[in-house]
Amino acid sequence: MSTVTAPQPAPTAQAPVGPAVQARIAWRGPVLYLVVALISLVFFSLLTPGEDTTRFMVSTRDDFVEIAPFAVPSRATALVLSVVALALALWATRLTTQRRKVPTWVPILFGGLVLLAFLVWVMAGNTNALPLTILLTGALTLSVPLIFGSLAGLLCERSGIINIAIEGQLLGGAFLAVVVASLTDNPYAGLVAAPVAGALVGAVLVLFAVRYRIDQIIVGVVLNVLVVGVTNYLFSTVLTQNPQSLNSPPRLPTLPIPVLSQIPVIGPVLFDHSLIVYLMYVAVAVLQVMVFRSRWGLRMRAVGEHPKAADTVGIKVNLTRVRNSILGGAVAGLGGAALVSAGLAFTKELTSGKGYIALAAMILGRWSPKGALAASLLFGFADSLRQVLNNLGSPVPSQFLAMLPYLATIFAVAGLVGRVRAPAAEGIPYVK
Amino acid sequence: MKLELRGITKRFGPLVANDDIHLTFESGEIHALLGENGAGKSTMMNVLYGLYEPDGGEILVDDAPVVFAGPADAMNAGIGMVHQHFMLVPVFTVAENVVLGHEPTAAGLGGLIDLTEARRRVREISDRFGFDVDPDALVEDLPVGVQQRVEIIKALSRDAKVLILDEPTAVLTPQETDELIAIMRQLREAGTSIVFITHKLREVRAVADRISVIRRGKVVGTATPDESEQQLASLMVGRSVNLGVEKAPPERGDVTFRVSDLTVIDPVGTRVIDDLSFEVRRGEIFAIAGVQGNGQSELAEVIVGLLRATSGSITLDGKELLGRSVADVLDAGVGYVPEDRSTDGLIASFSIAENLVLDLHDDAPFARAGSLSPARVAENARRRTEEFDVRLTSIQDPVSTLSGGNQQKVVLAREMSRPLRLLVASQPTRGLDVGSIEFVHKRIVTERDGGTPVVIVSTELDEVHALADRIAVMYRGRIVGVVPGDTHRDVLGLMMAGVPLEDAERSANEHHTTLGEADLEARTARSEEMTT
Repeated sequence: MSTVTAPQPAPTAQAPVGPAVQARIAWRGPVLYLVVALISLVFFSLLTPGEDTTRFMVSTRDDFVEIAPFAVPSRATALVLSVVALALALWATRLTTQRRKVPTWVPILFGGLVLLAFLVWVMAGNTNALPLTILLTGALTLSVPLIFGSLAGLLCERSGIINIAIEGQLLGGAFLAVVVASLTDNPYAGLVAAPVAGALVGAVLVLFAVRYRIDQIIVGVVLNVLVVGVTNYLFSTVLTQNPQSLNSPPRLPTLPIPVLSQIPVIGPVLFDHSLIVYLMYVAVAVLQVMVFRSRWGLRMRAVGEHPKAADTVGIKVNLTRVRNSILGGAVAGLGGAALVSAGLAFTKELTSGKGYIALAAMILGRWSPKGALAASLLFGFADSLRQVLNNLGSPVPSQFLAMLPYLATIFAVAGLVGRVRAPAAEGIPYVK
Repeated sequence: MKLELRGITKRFGPLVANDDIHLTFESGEIHALLGENGAGKSTMMNVLYGLYEPDGGEILVDDAPVVFAGPADAMNAGIGMVHQHFMLVPVFTVAENVVLGHEPTAAGLGGLIDLTEARRRVREISDRFGFDVDPDALVEDLPVGVQQRVEIIKALSRDAKVLILDEPTAVLTPQETDELIAIMRQLREAGTSIVFITHKLREVRAVADRISVIRRGKVVGTATPDESEQQLASLMVGRSVNLGVEKAPPERGDVTFRVSDLTVIDPVGTRVIDDLSFEVRRGEIFAIAGVQGNGQSELAEVIVGLLRATSGSITLDGKELLGRSVADVLDAGVGYVPEDRSTDGLIASFSIAENLVLDLHDDAPFARAGSLSPARVAENARRRTEEFDVRLTSIQDPVSTLSGGNQQKVVLAREMSRPLRLLVASQPTRGLDVGSIEFVHKRIVTERDGGTPVVIVSTELDEVHALADRIAVMYRGRIVGVVPGDTHRDVLGLMMAGVPLEDAERSANEHHTTLGEADLEARTARSEEMTT
C-alpha cells in the first residue's frame, strides 16, 4: 500500500451549467413523409398511362342540388397532388432539422393529398365514376360502432380499468338488440336493450378486476370468448329455430334533418342517418366536454392516473371504476346496436374483431373522445374504400385493399402520432 | 384547534405498528415526531388521516371524540397532510390538483369546473405565503420543492388547522429546506398547528417547539429543542450511538478509476449524463452528491454496464469498462450496491444463502459441472452473515423476511466478499436505522482503508459529509464542481441547484441557512469538547 499521501486535487469548477437537455432529431417522421411522397410520385402519377382519365361522382340522383360527374386527367392530377405532398414533406423535414414542431395540420393535409392521388390512380381508366358521397357516407356508417367502442374503452381506461372486452360488449349488444327488436317489432326497443348487454359484460369485467384483482387483460379476453360462446350457442339453438320472431329485426328508420340534409355532399354524408348516428355525435361532443372539463371527468382521470391521490382527497376509487366500467360497457352495447341498425339478422361472430380495432382507435386517438372519433373515421374510411373499390373493380386485389385499415394504423402510430401515454394507473388494482 | 390521540393502537397481523399512543397537538405550535424508519410514525399519521382504521383508542378534536371513515372526514375536521410521496396527479395542472375532490363548479352548467375560481384559490394562498406558484403549470414540469408547496396549498385550501408534514425534507436541497422551514414558521404564526415527521435530528432541533420521540410503535419520550443531538439520537435508537464515522485522513494511491467525456442519452433524447469526467484514486471515497434525478443513478448503472453509454470512456486499472457485459465488469473487480435493494439488489423470494452467491453462482467452488453445491453455498452464507452481523433465524429463509438494514447488509456482504478493485454504492443507507447506518458506513471506510477506490452516490448530505474525501456535485447530468469532503452544507446545497462553485461560496457566506448554522454550531461545540 502506498504511504505517500497524494496532493489534494484542486477543486475545479466547470463552466456554468446551461440547459443540458437537447432532444435528438426525430428522423422517423420526415423519413416516413418522404418515402410516402416518393411512392405517391412514382407509382400513382409517373407510372400512370398519360391518356387515362379518372371520373368522380359527387351527388346522388335524389339530391336537392345535382352536381354532374366530372373527369380529370389521371396522370396530371396525381402528379400535382404528389408534388404538393412532396413539398410538404420537404418542409416538414426542414422544420424537424431545425428542431421545430411540425404543426398538426401537416400530417392531415399530407394524408389527404396522398389519399387523393391514390384514388386518382386506382380509378384511372375505369369507366365507372368514383361515388364520393357514397364513399364518405359509408365511412361514417362503418365507423359508428368503432366510435362507440373506443368511447367505451376510454371511459374504462381513464379510470384505470383496461377494457379488452369491447369486442364482447359489442357482440352482446348486437345480439340483444336483434332479439329485442325482433320480439317487439320495434327497432328503438333494440336500441334500449343493447346497452344492458354491454353493461352486463362491463359489470363482470369490473367485478373480477376490482373485487378479485385478476389481471384485467386476461379477464377481458376470457369475457370476449365467453360472449362469443354464449351468442353462438343461442344463435344455433333458439335463433335458428325461430328466425321469424327472434332474428328478423326491423331497420332503424332514417331521420333526415330538415334543411341541413339538403346541403350538397355534406347533407347526405352527415345529416341523413338514423337516430344512432346522431346519438354518436352527441356522445362524442358531450364526453369530450365532460371528460376534460367537468368534476366527474377530473375525478375519473385522477383515479386513472394516481388513485392514491384521489383517495386522499376523499374520492372513492373503486366505486368510480365500477361506475365507469358499467357505463363504458353500456356505450359499447350501443355500438353493437349500431352494427345491426340497418336491420341485419344476427350471425355468428358478427363483430369480427371490430372491438379490437376500436381499442386501437382509442390508443391512436390518445384516450380522448375527439381523437377516438378521428381514428375511428380513418378505419371506417379505409373499410368503406375497400367496399366501393370492390364493387367498381380496381387494379389492386381486394385482399390488399382489406389490409388498408391496418396499414394505415401502423403508419399512423409509427410516424405521425408521436408518443402516446396511457393513464398511469391503468390495469393496476387499487389496494389501500 | 387541539388534536389529541388517546391510546391509538394499530396492528398489521402479528406486527404492532402503533402501541397505545398518547399525543396532543396544540394549535400554533410545531410538534416534531422523531423516529427511525419503521418506528410507526407514518402508520400513526395514516390513522389520523383516516387512511387506516385504528384497532384501538380514539381521536379527539377539541376534546370531542371523532371517527374518521376516510380522508374526507379527516379533511372536514381540519386535518391536512403533505405525504412523503406527493399525492399529486402529474398530468394535471396545479389548479386542477388543488381543487380535486372539492371542485368549484359553474352554476347551471351541470358539473363543469369553474377554472377561474380554481385559479383564484391557488393564487390567493400562493400570494398570502409568497409561494410563487403558477396555477396553470403542469405538476410534472415543476421541481419537487414547488410540488411540495402545491401540496401545502392543497391542504390549506381545505382550511386545514392541523398540517401534517411526513418527511418533508427528504427530497429537498438545503436551501429548499430552509424555505420550507420559513413557511412552517409563517403557518405557525397564522395559528396552524404543524406536525413535523422526520428522522433528521438537526431539522428537529432547528424548528420544533416540542419533540415527541417514537420507537417501535411507542412514544418513548418528549424533549425540547435544547436537548443535544446526541441525547435525541439515543432516545430515538434506544441506546447511545456514535453519530458520524471516525475515519482517518485518506491515504491516497494512484488513480485507477477514470471516467472521461461520458455522455448518456436516454431513449427520449434527454442527455441524462452530459460530458462527464472525473478520476478516483486508490484509498479515497469519492462521493457524488445532488438532488435525486440529476443523472447520479444513471452514472452508477453505466459504470456497472446496466446502461449503455452514448460516448466517452470508463477505465479501471487501465482497462476499458464500457461495452462490456455486467458479468465482465464484475469480474474486473467492481462491487456494486444498487440504489434499491428490494428490486435491484436482492431476489426477494430467494433464500439469504442464495442471494449471497447471486454473482458467483456459476463459479467454482459454488458450482461444479453446472450444478450448485448447496453445502458450499450454505457454508459461505454462514461466514458472510457472521462477518456482517446479519440478524437472522436461518440462512435458508427468504431474504424478504429480513429487516431493511439486514437486507442491506446481505447486499454489502455479497459485494464485498470478492477482492475489489472498485466499489460503487448507490444510496447505501437509504431507509436504514441509525445502527445499521453506522455499520454500513464503517464497512465502506474499511474498504477504502484497504486501498479500494470507492464511489458513493448519495442524495443525503449528512451521508456525503460522513463518508466523502472528495465530493462531486451533479446537476442535470453534469458535474458542477469537485470540492473537498468538508465543504459547507450551504455551498453544496447551492451547487446542487446548479450554481457554480465560486458563486455558491460567495452567496453561502452572505446567507446561512438554518441547518447550515446548526452545522457550524455543532462543529464549534465538538472542537470545544476536544480542547477541554
